[in-house]
Amino acid sequence: MMSQLTEKLKLTLDYDELTNCMRCGFCIPACPTYRETGLEAASPRGRIALMKAAVDGLMDPDEGKLRDQLNLCLGCRACEIACPSGVKYGHLLEQARDVLEEKVEYPWWIEKIRTLVFRYLFPSQRKLQLLGSLMAFYQRSGLAAAARKLGLLRFLPKQVRDMEAILPKATGKGVVEQLGTIIPAKGEKVATVALFRGCIMDVLFTETNKNTVRLLTEAGCEVIIPSDQNCCGALHAHSGQRNLAKELARKNVEVFYEAGVDYIVSNAGGCGAMLKEYDHLLKDEELGEKAKWFAERVKDISEILIDIAPLKIKGTMNRRVTYQDSCHLRNVMKVSSQPRKLLRQVDQLEYKELFEADRCCGSAGIYNIIQPEMSMSLLDHKMENVSKTKADVIVTANPGCLLQMKLGVHREGLSDQVETVHIVDLIAEAIELEKKMKEEGSGCGCEHHKKEDKSA
Amino acid sequence: MLSTNIKKELISIVGDRYYFDDQEALITHSYDATPMYQSMPDAVIFPGNVEEVSAVMKVCTKYRIPIVARGAGSNLSAGTVPVEGGLVMVMTRMSELEEIDEENLTATFQPGLITKKLHEEVEKRGLFYPPDPGSMVVSTLGGNIAECAGGLRGLKYGTTKDYIIGLEAVLPSGEILKTGGKLTKDVAGYDLTKLLVGSEGTLAMVTKATVKLLPLPEHKRVLLALFDDLYAAARTVSKIISAKIIPSSLEFLDNATIRVVEDYAKIGLPTDMAAVLLIEQDGPEVIVSRDMERIAEICREEKAAEVKLAQSEEEGVQLMTARRSALSALARLRPTTILEDATVPRAQIAPMVEQINKIAKKYGIQICTFGHAGDGNLHPTCMTDARDHEEIERVEKAFEEIFDAAIRLGGTITGEHGVGLAKAPYLEWKIGKTGIEVMKGIKRAFDPHGLMNPGKIFAKETRRRVVLDDVATH
Repeated sequence: MMSQLTEKLKLTLDYDELTNCMRCGFCIPACPTYRETGLEAASPRGRIALMKAAVDGLMDPDEGKLRDQLNLCLGCRACEIACPSGVKYGHLLEQARDVLEEKVEYPWWIEKIRTLVFRYLFPSQRKLQLLGSLMAFYQRSGLAAAARKLGLLRFLPKQVRDMEAILPKATGKGVVEQLGTIIPAKGEKVATVALFRGCIMDVLFTETNKNTVRLLTEAGCEVIIPSDQNCCGALHAHSGQRNLAKELARKNVEVFYEAGVDYIVSNAGGCGAMLKEYDHLLKDEELGEKAKWFAERVKDISEILIDIAPLKIKGTMNRRVTYQDSCHLRNVMKVSSQPRKLLRQVDQLEYKELFEADRCCGSAGIYNIIQPEMSMSLLDHKMENVSKTKADVIVTANPGCLLQMKLGVHREGLSDQVETVHIVDLIAEAIELEKKMKEEGSGCGCEHHKKEDKSA
Repeated sequence: MLSTNIKKELISIVGDRYYFDDQEALITHSYDATPMYQSMPDAVIFPGNVEEVSAVMKVCTKYRIPIVARGAGSNLSAGTVPVEGGLVMVMTRMSELEEIDEENLTATFQPGLITKKLHEEVEKRGLFYPPDPGSMVVSTLGGNIAECAGGLRGLKYGTTKDYIIGLEAVLPSGEILKTGGKLTKDVAGYDLTKLLVGSEGTLAMVTKATVKLLPLPEHKRVLLALFDDLYAAARTVSKIISAKIIPSSLEFLDNATIRVVEDYAKIGLPTDMAAVLLIEQDGPEVIVSRDMERIAEICREEKAAEVKLAQSEEEGVQLMTARRSALSALARLRPTTILEDATVPRAQIAPMVEQINKIAKKYGIQICTFGHAGDGNLHPTCMTDARDHEEIERVEKAFEEIFDAAIRLGGTITGEHGVGLAKAPYLEWKIGKTGIEVMKGIKRAFDPHGLMNPGKIFAKETRRRVVLDDVATH
C-alpha cells in the first residue's frame, strides 16, 4: 500500500523535472556537500534519484532518510549552473521539503517558536523593528557586556553564542523611518527604482539599506521604498513553508506593482533570488501576470550600478580586498561579474580573487544553525582560501554570507585584522574617502595609483 | 542484503564509515549516466588503499559476491549498473596523484583521481595528457581506463589506451597484478596493460596507473566551416587528412543539431546548413597558422558557405561554444536523451549520417547527430521520453538498425562508451563468434568465478542481425 507521504510527494513533485535529470553527474563536482562527504546520496544527482525513488515507490519516505538528505542540502543551487539538461533542482528541493515538512512532528516548544518566527515575526516589519529596538537596547545598555561577563551565555549552544558575538548593531528604526519613502535622484534621473528593504536586513543592516539608497541616487535613480512591503519569504520556502511564502509573495507583488517602477532593487542575494522567482512561485495564481512583471524587474544593486545606471563616483580605498559570491546571487540571479567590476573600479583598491569564491560558505539561510557541523566544515575550507588571499577586507553581497564570514574571521581569532563588509557599504565608504581626499586636496585620482593584482 | 557475517568481514576491512547497505546508499548506486537502466546492489564499499581492495576481493571470492567497480558513474553503457546485485566498489577515496615525473614524462595516480584534475596539474608544468572525454569534469581516471575513454582529441592524439603504460590491478582472488611501467618500449609477453584498458571492470580492479605525458602544445587555433551539402562536409574531412594535416579536433554537427543548438543558444548559426565542421589545430604557432590556412582553403574549395577563422584563442573558445552547447541544447529538448557512439571509418561519415536520418524518419523519432568527424566517431543522439514505452520500442529498433548500418559500413557499435550492458547484445555482430569465445577465455583466466562486473560485455542473448521484422525488444 502506498503511504500517504508517497502519495503527497507524487502529487507535489514535478515528475517531468525528475525525469529530466540525465544522471550525467556534471553537477557532482559543483556540490559542496558531496565534496565534504564523498557520498552520492549527498549530491544533487543522488538527491534527485532519492526523490524519484520515493515517488516511484522504491523508497519509503517515512523512514526519515530522505528528509535527512534533503536537509543536508544547502540549497546553494551551484548544481543548476553545471546541469546540461537545465534541471531545476531548487524547485524540486522546495517541493519535496514542503511535503516532508508537513509530516514532521516537532516538540511543542519548537513548534511554538517556528510559528512565532515564521508566521508572526517575519511577516511583520513592525514586530521585527520592535525586536530590533529590544536588541539595540540589549547591545547598547551594557546588558550584553554584563551577560558576557557573568557567563550567562554559556547556557546557549556554541553556534548561538558565536552568532551573538558577531551580530551587528540592531536598530528599531528602518530605512523608511530614517529616509522616507521617496528619495529623488541626484542630477539627471536615469531610472525610477523601488528598494526591496528586506526584513532582518532592515533591522540589522539599516546602514546598508541607507547606503544602497545613497548609491542609487548618486547613480541617477529616483528611489521609492514602498512601506507596505514585507519579508520576501525565502526562509519560509526553504524550510518547507511554501504556503506562507506564497502569502508574502502575493503581498509584495501587489505593493510593488502599485509603485509602477522600472526596477526592483535588492541588496541581498538570498532575497533577490527569491523575488526573481516569484513568477514561478505564483505561476498558477491569478496574480501570475503581475508576478511575471515583478520578477522581470528584480535586479541586484551591483547590476544597476554597472549595467543600468553606472555610478559616476568610483571612490578610493587603499585596502586589499577579496570577494565571496552569494550563491543565490550568482547561481539564481546570475550576477557575478558586476560586483567584481564595482570593486575593481575603486581607486587604489587591490583586488584579489578568492579561490572557489563561487562555493557556498555554509551560511545558507539558517543552515549554519540547523546543520552546524557541515556548515563549519565548509567555513573552515573557505577561511583557508581567504587567508591565502592575504586580504584585509572580505566583501559579500548578502547578509547571511556576511555574518558567516564574520563568524569565520571570529573563529580564526582574526577579528582585529580582517574586516567583513557588504559591498554597498564598502563602495559608499570609498566614495566618502574620495570626497574627503578631494576636500583635503591630497588626492590626485591618477590611474597609476590604482593597484591591481594581475594574477587574480 | 549481504549476510551479517559477510558484512562484519567487510566492515573489519574498511571500517563502518565506508560500508553502506542502507536504502539511500543502495538507490544512489543503482544507476549511472545511461538512461533507463537501474538495478540495486546489496552493499556499497569505499576502499582506501590497495590492501583493502585486495582483502575485499578475497571476501567476495570466498562468498561468490559480484563486484562492480565505480568511479563517478558518468559512463554511458550501463557499465556500472549492478545488474546482478553484489558489491559496488566506489574508488573515489583513492584519488591521489602520486607523481608527475618530469624526467620520464609520466604521471602516476590512483583510479579515483578526476580526469580534469590531472589535466590541470600536468598543464601547470607545461605537460599534456590528451584524452579528454566529454565528462572529464566529473569522470575518474579509473573509469576512463575501464572504458578506454576517448574525446575530442582522439584523431590526433588517440584515446586512453594510447597513454596508459603501467597498471596495478587486483584480481578477484585478491592477488595484485603489476603490468608495464615507466617504459616506452616493453614487449615482455602479452600486453596486459592494453588488455585491462577498456575491459570495463570485468577482469580486475585497477588500483594505480602510470600514463605517458606529452609536451603541452604552445598554440591553438579554431576554425568553423558551414556547408549546405553533407557530402561536401564529409569530403572536406577526407581532403584535410589526405593533405597530410591531422587537426587536434575535427568536430561535426548535422542540420538537426544545428537547428536545436541555434534554437537554444541563439549564437547565430544558419539553420539551413546541412553540416558544420569545427576544426582545431595545436602546436607551434607557425605550423598552426600554416595548417589553418590550408584547411580554410580546402573548406572553400569544397564550397563551404562560410569559413570563420578565429583570430585569437579567445575567439576560438567562442566558436567551440557551438560544439560544447550541443549536448546541453539537445538534453533540454525532451526528458530522455540517448547518446550513442556508433563509429565508422571517416570516409563513411556522410553515408552514415544519411543512414541515421533515414532510419530516424522510418521510425518517426528525433535523432540529431554530432561527433568527432575526424575519427569517424559519431554521436547519434535521440531525444525521447522513457515513460513513452511505445516510442522507446521504436527508438530501440532504430538504434539496432543504426548499429547494423555502422558495421555494414566497416564501423563498430561503440567508439568510446564501451559495450557494458547496453550494447552487449550487439557485440557478436562486430567481433563474431570466434571473437566472443576468445574474449570469454580471457575473462575466465582472470575471473574464473565470473564475479567481476557480471552481465557486462557478454550478453545472454544476441540480437538477430537484421531487425526489419517485428522482433521483441526485451
